[in-house]
Amino acid sequence: MSKSILVDTTKCIGCGACATACKIVNKLPLDDPGAAKDLPANPLSEDDLVTFAQSHGEVDGKLSATTLNVVQTHGGIYVRRFCMHCQEPTCVSVCPVGALYKTAAGPVVYDATRCMGCRYCMMACPFSVPRYEWKSALPKVKKCTMCALRQAKGLQPGCTAVCPAEASIFGDREVLLSQAEQRLREAPTKYFQHVYGREEVGGTSVLYLSGVPFEQLGLPAHLPGDPMPLLTYRVLSKIPNLVSLGGLLLGGIWWITSRREEVAKAESEESDR
Amino acid sequence: MTKFPKITFWRVVLVLVLAAGFYSAVLRFVRGLGAATNLSDQFPWGIWIGFDVLCGVGLAAGGFTLAAIVYVFHLERFHAVLRPSILTAFLGYALVAVALLFDLGKPYNIWHPLVMWNPHSVMFEVAWCVMLYLTVLALEFSPVVLERFHLHTPLRIVKAATIPLVIVGVLLSTLHQSSLGSLFLIVPTKLHPYWYSPLLPVFFFISAVGVGLAMVIFESNLSARAFGREIEMPLLEVLGRAMAVVLAFYGLLKFQDLWGRGALSYLREPSTETVLFLLEITLGLVIPLAMLLFRRVRADRDGLFGVSVLVITGFLLNRLNVSITGLEASSGVHYFPRWTEVAVTLSIVGAGFLLFSLAVKYLDVFETGHGRRGTGYGVGETGYGVRDTVFEE
Repeated sequence: MSKSILVDTTKCIGCGACATACKIVNKLPLDDPGAAKDLPANPLSEDDLVTFAQSHGEVDGKLSATTLNVVQTHGGIYVRRFCMHCQEPTCVSVCPVGALYKTAAGPVVYDATRCMGCRYCMMACPFSVPRYEWKSALPKVKKCTMCALRQAKGLQPGCTAVCPAEASIFGDREVLLSQAEQRLREAPTKYFQHVYGREEVGGTSVLYLSGVPFEQLGLPAHLPGDPMPLLTYRVLSKIPNLVSLGGLLLGGIWWITSRREEVAKAESEESDR
Repeated sequence: MTKFPKITFWRVVLVLVLAAGFYSAVLRFVRGLGAATNLSDQFPWGIWIGFDVLCGVGLAAGGFTLAAIVYVFHLERFHAVLRPSILTAFLGYALVAVALLFDLGKPYNIWHPLVMWNPHSVMFEVAWCVMLYLTVLALEFSPVVLERFHLHTPLRIVKAATIPLVIVGVLLSTLHQSSLGSLFLIVPTKLHPYWYSPLLPVFFFISAVGVGLAMVIFESNLSARAFGREIEMPLLEVLGRAMAVVLAFYGLLKFQDLWGRGALSYLREPSTETVLFLLEITLGLVIPLAMLLFRRVRADRDGLFGVSVLVITGFLLNRLNVSITGLEASSGVHYFPRWTEVAVTLSIVGAGFLLFSLAVKYLDVFETGHGRRGTGYGVGETGYGVRDTVFEE
């Protein structure tokens, strides 16, 4: 069963623990270099992670090669932004060498050894998530992995593990979807009546609930319900036909127009006789 | 006794450009893309893709168009402009590969699409088509090299394979010229409606054919000036007519598409996109098409040259508009290339001119029979003459 994260922005208190936990788990530099002194020694226990993240939360950062999950503020509302782990990921479909792939468990992960750095995934992502190591001579694409490695060990992602307000919770997609819909039913005036990510671009693993229209939270509005990969598949699927019919047409034209040459050759042979 | 090459203005310019390009290259490979470009997370593709790749591939389209005209449609009289077109195409594609080595984050992995496949990706298809087409072009141009070194058996083999090679070449070109447009099908929410359309691959293909014809006219004129060649006006006049038909077809299709998607309403907004779109359509389509309707223009060497320059300009604007202009608004940033990006681009263009002239000097590109200028059909080294010649088969 594919896993999901449900982000309820009406519950988020903007503590930024999720952003910090993400950095600790992925060994990325904290915004405040001094904070690292408070970090307990490795290996970090789950309790240590929770304690540290909740007391050293980071807010209002920007997604970058070293920040894979941020807490933004939109009109006083706190909104987490990170990879949506789409069900039919656009980034996966456009990568020419298959460096990105969707796992059965849900996360969309990246294999740096395959990547040649064309950055088409960055262009194509409708949520503009993937970031790049522009300063590196051997750059990698960077984005949230939904802690695929932790999930493989039976743990939940770092961000959901440390959330003090249960604004970000982890679970099976079907279960979280029905929970989300239940919340919409039970509090129709509190919530904007839509689960963002249920159908957008074919559905995403990350789901949002909000008290206001989602554009106001900085989430892309007017996304098509069809997965983006269909847009190119419609064209690519016609290629075998184009090649065979085109080859036949061109070969046929060559054969038909060859007649002039054959006639000329026959005439010159006749005149030689 | 060795003679020092003459110092001309253009040679000095070339050396300066190549020097700037060399510095930029060192910066790019030692300190990374961030140090050598103005690319960013919000704007990951710049002129190395928008100009070097998209425009470079399009400008090399004369090769497949002429090959089809001469070999498939059996219009043998265009043979005189075939070899230089193939050379332009081969150099064009080779230089696109060089540009990619700069733009890719990990260029040493450029061979990965050969063994790591994702057939759902347009870029995978482009990579394969370009690799295969580069091979076809090399084979199509090889007779010029094989003749020079009198390698008659390989020459015979390659010449026997001409028709299949040309047909495969036309198919590959159709695929990747259109696929460069298909690259942008995946960003309907990001690319401005002036340029986003489900017909992007069709528009890219038609405009590639059109600019291919313009490039043949352009290259003929430049070669005449530079190498003392004569201009094959009767041929170019026909190509001019063909270009007019292609432009008209593109214009009508584009108009129908814009109208059908309700995109014409954006013309009411005096935005940067509107200005650049109108510039692209006016310079690249409206003015050239209007001019080509007059026989006085089509039959005049300078008139036709002017038209080809306009069409090429419009084409460049279109590719840059699709890949850069049209994506700026949604990106939230303004992109303008850093001087190092321009230096690399100009170096690649300069290298193209240099290699072309070297090929002309040492190989029989214009089929005068001697591999040197000033003999056979050539008029002389001091200038060019315009002579209408009647071509015999």
